[in-house]
Amino acid sequence: MARLDRRTFLELSAAGIGAATATGLPAEAIAAAEASPFKPEKGAQLQLLRWTEFVKGDRTAWEENTKKFTELTGVPVQIQWLNWPDVSPKAALAAQINSGPDLIMGWNSDAYLYPDKLVDVGDLVDYIQKKSGYVYPVARSYCYHDTLKRWISVPIGVPGNAMAYRKDWMEQAGFQSFPTDMDGMLALARAMKKQAHPCGFSLGHAVGDSQGWSHWNLWGHGGRQVNADNSPAIVSAETLSSIEYAQQLFETMIDGVASWGDANNNQAFLAGQISLTMNGISIWYVAKAQYPKLFPVTYNALPPLGPIKQRTQFSTFTHAYIWKYSKYPNAAKEYLRFMLDREQAGKWVTDMIGYITPAYRGFSKLPVWTSDPNVTPYRDVLDGARFDGWPGVPGRAAAQATDQFVLIDMYADVCINKMAPRAAMQKAENRLTQIYKSA
Amino acid sequence: MPAVLILGGLLAYPLFLGVWLSLTNTVLGSPGQFVGFQNYIDLISDPTYRGAAMFSIAYTFFAEIGKVSLGLILALIVNQKFAGYRIARAMMLMPYVAPTVLSALAWLWLFDPQFSAISWLLMKIHLIHAPINFVGSPTHAQISVIVVNIWRGLPYFAIGYLAGLQGINKDLLEAAAIDGASAWQSFWRITWPLLLPVTTILVSFSAIFTLTDFQLIWTITRGGPTDATQVFTTLAYQRAITGGSLGQGAAVAISPIIFMIFFAWFVVRSVREERATA
Repeated sequence: MARLDRRTFLELSAAGIGAATATGLPAEAIAAAEASPFKPEKGAQLQLLRWTEFVKGDRTAWEENTKKFTELTGVPVQIQWLNWPDVSPKAALAAQINSGPDLIMGWNSDAYLYPDKLVDVGDLVDYIQKKSGYVYPVARSYCYHDTLKRWISVPIGVPGNAMAYRKDWMEQAGFQSFPTDMDGMLALARAMKKQAHPCGFSLGHAVGDSQGWSHWNLWGHGGRQVNADNSPAIVSAETLSSIEYAQQLFETMIDGVASWGDANNNQAFLAGQISLTMNGISIWYVAKAQYPKLFPVTYNALPPLGPIKQRTQFSTFTHAYIWKYSKYPNAAKEYLRFMLDREQAGKWVTDMIGYITPAYRGFSKLPVWTSDPNVTPYRDVLDGARFDGWPGVPGRAAAQATDQFVLIDMYADVCINKMAPRAAMQKAENRLTQIYKSA
Repeated sequence: MPAVLILGGLLAYPLFLGVWLSLTNTVLGSPGQFVGFQNYIDLISDPTYRGAAMFSIAYTFFAEIGKVSLGLILALIVNQKFAGYRIARAMMLMPYVAPTVLSALAWLWLFDPQFSAISWLLMKIHLIHAPINFVGSPTHAQISVIVVNIWRGLPYFAIGYLAGLQGINKDLLEAAAIDGASAWQSFWRITWPLLLPVTTILVSFSAIFTLTDFQLIWTITRGGPTDATQVFTTLAYQRAITGGSLGQGAAVAISPIIFMIFFAWFVVRSVREERATA
């Protein structure tokens, strides 16, 4: 495939030859690249480290878009795909030795761990926001450093969490629609369990799944792990309510959830062993592609509201940061601009049927979100989404509390270890005190 | 001189760097300041660390007992000459030569609460009615990871013991048999005492590796449920790498060195004794 660098493009344009025709690239993409303020350095080449895809469409679209970028700019991009929990350790290594990939697609508080090492990407974020809408507040929390007063990472989005459930079993249990509040969902889970269809939520050290539902539960009841000043605040009546809710929900779960990693609920659902779980769209996506009998009864819904009657979502948030040690920061910015441009990102999101919900509000208008009612809940997962450690200060302590599974361990202590709720809550508070003191 | 440089570069430098980091409050990406023993003082009052230390020791202790006893039994079996004994000896090495992370993944599947092949088999032959919850409770998880460690380390012991058994002078055993000693008496009075030096070395080396085991536990439980299978290494990784507190993580990683020095001293002493008696 012939490459078209900027110089060639100008020459072709000057000669009146449509570059779009020459490369097969849409004219809009070429025009946007030309108008972009981010000019790749001469001889630039990029290394991107990003997490391995959860759904097939992600990788193919991402690689296709990357190829287009290289055709357009002449900048080769080498992508290193890595199992998603391993990205943060690799990023940590890069920070420590000042060497490695030019840019990384990482998670949650990554950028907050080494903000001084990262390129200011404020100009790029502004540029994307102007074109694709403002970011949801959670994106700003992870990517804008309030103390340094600058953007340290470029928001991308979330593999959002919603409820995946079996519609046939729900109806057999006497429910016509998926409940919109937590009490209703508990009643549904109980009714389905009576019919030998348990639900399943990870109570183990599952990096994504256990965090998703435990935060939803705590926040939905009005609890919080720390206050805005990072002082531990988990001991509260609200937390206690959330523990009681977890206990009741646990009674309706399948055996073994305390050993569940991130893949277990997908496997159990697709094997017809559970009726309800919280997950990304991957269960529905895989059912659509590979389970023709299961697919018509696999449905998704937004997580029900807790007693505080507000949407309180937690999802692992992905964003991209550029290292100061990179010799090609402008090329990296241009790459991200190109990949997050409506044309390319729209295709990316559409091809993976909404696995990633983009952090920019403009993408909520993509037709993919309304292409099936089961995709629509994932469009809205960023409404009310909160960052880890909310409402404290994002950063090392919040990351450690999440990495050390303080919250899910609190629920597991009660459900699995039969610890008294107050004792489990106090234990969590002690752990948080230790973490926030020493981190 | 090259040996000194290699040892210095590969062993001494990382060790001293680790010790130095553990005395600082270094966080990822920025140099820290010297804080003396503060990280260690913090660890003493940290219940998660205390739990990890306790389980690390229990993990090592029970795994070593399992490996010694089963390794010896295995060695005694394959020390016999039976049809296909060479193949049996080669097969015995399988757990040891398979990459740890791959065998850990295989065990992860075997321990799956819903799809375990072990549970499936036992249910098929009507020994159980529901899948076994292998790693779904703290005690189960602790036992399960110890079992995997025993499985993984068994060949090392079996081979070591096999070598030890083959080094025993047959005349001694024959003389005992002529004197009317039973098989158990021969084993207990002759074989076992002669295997003691090799046992000391096997246990000491293995204990060092078991105490610093990471891959098995990280792959199977990530330290869960509720930190029940957290050990020194998993906690150090969590604190230093994913959490970014290098100083604190280094302190966790350096703290088991006391035990390792003890094991190393044990090895050196037993080797010396063996030389003296030789």
